[in-house]
Formats: sequence, structure tokens, C-alpha cells
Amino acid sequence: MKRFAIRLLAASSVLFAVAGTASAHRAWMLPSTFTFSGDSQWVTVDAAISNDLFFPNHHAIDPASVTVTGPDGSPVEIKNAAAGEIRSMFDFQMNQQGTYRVSTAGEPFYFASWSEAGERKRWRGTLDTLRTEGVDKKPDVQISLSNRSVETYVTLGAPSTEVFAATGKGLEFQPVTHPNDVFTGEPVRFKFLLDGAPASGLEVTVLPGNDRYRDTPGEFKLTTDADGVFTFTPTIPGPYWFTAGSEDDTLIDGLPMKVRSSYTATFEALPL
Amino acid sequence: MRVIMTLAGMALLTGPAVADSMEIGIGVPQLNVAEYHRPYVAAWIARPDQTVAANLAVLYQQERRGEDEGETWLKDLRQWWRRAGRDLTMPVDGVSGPTRGPGTHSINIAGDSPALKALEPGDYILNVEAVREVGGREMVQVPFTWPANGAAPLTVSGETELGLITLTLTDED
Repeated sequence: MKRFAIRLLAASSVLFAVAGTASAHRAWMLPSTFTFSGDSQWVTVDAAISNDLFFPNHHAIDPASVTVTGPDGSPVEIKNAAAGEIRSMFDFQMNQQGTYRVSTAGEPFYFASWSEAGERKRWRGTLDTLRTEGVDKKPDVQISLSNRSVETYVTLGAPSTEVFAATGKGLEFQPVTHPNDVFTGEPVRFKFLLDGAPASGLEVTVLPGNDRYRDTPGEFKLTTDADGVFTFTPTIPGPYWFTAGSEDDTLIDGLPMKVRSSYTATFEALPL
Repeated sequence: MRVIMTLAGMALLTGPAVADSMEIGIGVPQLNVAEYHRPYVAAWIARPDQTVAANLAVLYQQERRGEDEGETWLKDLRQWWRRAGRDLTMPVDGVSGPTRGPGTHSINIAGDSPALKALEPGDYILNVEAVREVGGREMVQVPFTWPANGAAPLTVSGETELGLITLTLTDED
């Protein structure tokens, strides 16, 4: 795999490419509670793609695309999953102390587009079907690969960091400040890795929830530093959403293509 | 007798904080509400950087017949939970206790208790945090200097979930 250049895109463009819908649509998962105490607890999670945070008004996220990882790295069973029209929900039980990751990260999708008889054709599938269906031989075909993950984290007891172990692939989140340890008035430092290396110069969009009750949504954009870290101090308590996206040119299996990665997560800022 | 008194005097000179003790009064206000539940209350001593110097008390719904649902709401004492609670295994001997109703509740911390014996001379903050089911949450902070210097008791009043918080440092000289 050879990298020719790195170009960074606003996250909204990446979501646009992936969802094929209006750019403001935001994917999110919102747990009923982020921080828990006790020996064992249930959490319920809403999952949707909407304009307003965190109010379903557009599309559901398929609960079958969601995985939950426990503090020791083992999978946690999802219960009571229900796919709605504009929102899905599911539950899981926490029996181990520590931080759990809830993620939609799955197999990447391949996209292709080309012109045929003056018409723009679009295609989506896997690397295998790209070959078997002859999509890669289409005239002037443009291929892209999409890695998209929507995540959230919840903690029973003291926060732990095992679930943040990096795979070295795509855009990955790393806590400097633990996402379940965020308080208003205190600086938050979050880090991004791109293919295992600090993702410097990455534009990140942050938005506090309940934007529909504000004349100005209050979205702000930040850029990661040389260590891939972006820093901000939340002023409004409540749930927050952030997203970042990147785009690279690469070769996979001899095919030139764009790799688009996006990472989106939800966390909570508690009042001091 | 004379020898013993001299030894006691020497002990005081070398470690003035050894025997100084602390009494904390926590006021739980009487509230005129339709549904009243006694508050969860935590008290701890923090250093100026908010790290915990001593855990003094946490009053919450104790385990009953194998149920530990009371621990579910400990995280709502959100500053205590973050600074101390989440790293503890509940219950904690000498710290955990049952909830208390309206009134003034005294917590006496003896000079030879582990909490105070380990307290280095310096500036501290007494934090008292309360949270009530179907009610609110409040935290009161009382800055103080250790060891005791014979000053009058320190008082700070809560406004909603806490009444008067009194910190009396007793100089055992």
C-alpha cells in the first residue's frame, strides 16, 4: 500500500460521501448514562443519524452494525436491539468495572463511480465484488474506500483505557483526557491517530447537544497539533458530539483509490 | 509521673499535628417537599490541587438482603465519585455509613485516626457534597490550614441541599 499524498477534509464532506445525504446529518449513539457506580449495571443506547443533537429526525443506525467491547477487550452481548425508522436502540449489561466501547466500526465499504452512455453510474460493495462485477474495468472509474466509525464510551466504576488500544488502521481516537472524565471549565485533550501515527493538522468539529434550543448551534472547529491532540474547555454541561475525517490517495490490490476515514463520538461533560 | 509528662511534651514538640483532632458538623436541612429521600452525603479532605488527602465519610443506602442498588447512585455525588469513590471498593470501614435525615450530624475524626495521622501540615479544603433522590445536589467547600492553630471553628453554609457546615480543629497542646 503506497501513499501518494494526504489531504484532510472537513468531516461533513466525509459523512456526505458515506451517507449520500445532506451534509449536516450527524451520526450519533447516546447512552442513557455515561458514568455508572455499583457492581453491575444496564445501559440503554439510542443510535441515529439526524440534524439536531440528540434528537432523531432522519435515519436510524442499524443496531446490527454495533459492537460493544468490555474493559478486558472481550465482546459484550447486545440485548433488546430494535431498529426504528429514525432511531434504533439496544441495551447491554456491564458486569466488569472499567470502560466499555460501543462502536459501529466494521468492514470497510468500497464505492465506485463512472460514466456510461453519458450517465453517471454509482456502485457500492466489497473489494471482491469490485473485481467479479468488473467495476474496476469501467471507463474512467473512480474508486474509494470508506472507513467510518461512530462510537461512544461508558464506564462502570473507575475509567480504564484498554478499549482504546489502537489497531494502526484508519482514523482512531485516543484519550489524553478520558472521555468519561470530562468536566466543564477543565481543558479536554483528545488525540487522533491516522494509521497508527499522530494525525496532526486534522480538523475536528465539536458540537454540544441540544442545539435545537439555541439560535446559534455553537459548533466549533479545532485543529490537532503535531501530537494529533486537540484541546478545548467545555462550558456547557451535557452531552457533546465530535467528528473528524481524513482522505488519502492510495493503492489497494493495484487499484488506485481514495481512502476516506471518519471518526465520530459522543461524550458527556459534567458540571463541576 | 514527671517522666511521663516530659515525654508527652517532647512528643508534642516533635509532631504538633499528631494529636490534633477534627470535628465536622454537617447540617441536613428540613425540606418541605412532597417526596423526601434522605440525601447521599460525602465528606473528604482535598489538597489545593483537588487530589484527595483523606476520605472522611460517605453516607448512602446500605446493602440490604444482598441488594446493592444503593451503590448505583454513588456516582451522583459526582465530585466525590470522581476524586475518591470510583477508586474504592464499597463499603469502606469507618467511612461508609447509612443516610441521615434532617438535623446536624457530627463526624469526629480522632487525632490518631489514619486519616489525620497521615495529614501533612499545609492548606486543605474540606469538601462536603450532598445529592438527594428527586432533589438537587450541592457541594460546600471549607478551606483550612492544618494542623490546628486554636482558631475559631470554620463555618460555611449550604443553600439548598446542605445546611451549616462546621469544621472545628482542636489543638491538643
